[in-house]
Amino acid sequence: MAIRVQADDFDVGAEYAAFTAGRTSIGGVAMFVGLVRDVAGGEAVSAMTLEHYPGMTERQLETIESEARRRWPLDDVLVIHRHGRLEPGDRIVMVATASAHRDAAFESCRFLMDWLKTKAPFWKLEATPGGERWVDAKDSDDAAAARWAE
Amino acid sequence: MKILYFAWLRSRIGVPSETVEPPADVTTAGALVEWLKTRSPQHAEALANSKVVKVAVNQEHVPYDHPVSPTDEVALFPPVTGG
Repeated sequence: MAIRVQADDFDVGAEYAAFTAGRTSIGGVAMFVGLVRDVAGGEAVSAMTLEHYPGMTERQLETIESEARRRWPLDDVLVIHRHGRLEPGDRIVMVATASAHRDAAFESCRFLMDWLKTKAPFWKLEATPGGERWVDAKDSDDAAAARWAE
Repeated sequence: MKILYFAWLRSRIGVPSETVEPPADVTTAGALVEWLKTRSPQHAEALANSKVVKVAVNQEHVPYDHPVSPTDEVALFPPVTGG
């Protein structure tokens, strides 16, 4: 298990290699990598700054991971989320899930992202030609998380 | 009681955190938000729309009827937008 909240970039290939090294019970790994887009709401985005709540962020991500492990038979889970100033094309987040079978890996990866987006205390500040603006939460993200209600 | 502010709540109120001593009848998160509005015009403006003011007590998301006590760490922030 690994939860990492960091300013530094990460190497997806190296993370995958470390995640699976010597783990021959794993039948499949699902991975999601979120990137900074260069446009949002029709406006150009030149940079994005991610603020977070140190302490609560890690605690919430650990809770989300525990919930995923309770729901699916997972060999391992990796969540990396960056904070600080990022530019278009930069990686923001990576979630990887490993299981004996693909359904558990696919479903839990999506669950982790959907829950993370509504529970992990991060806030995005976008730099646009019209100035800086805080990103509004989307109803569609709430709906995506609500799908996983038991 | 330690209060933390994040994102546009922090920038509108003007400080990232403050230590406050609310009156004894402020026993819930919702009552605390109402009382914080009285501290300054900036507080009142930033906290005006409770639909976009979320509360965490001791780093857990809580509803407005959750109890608060003087030793708690209470954070106020807009809906989260990570991922």
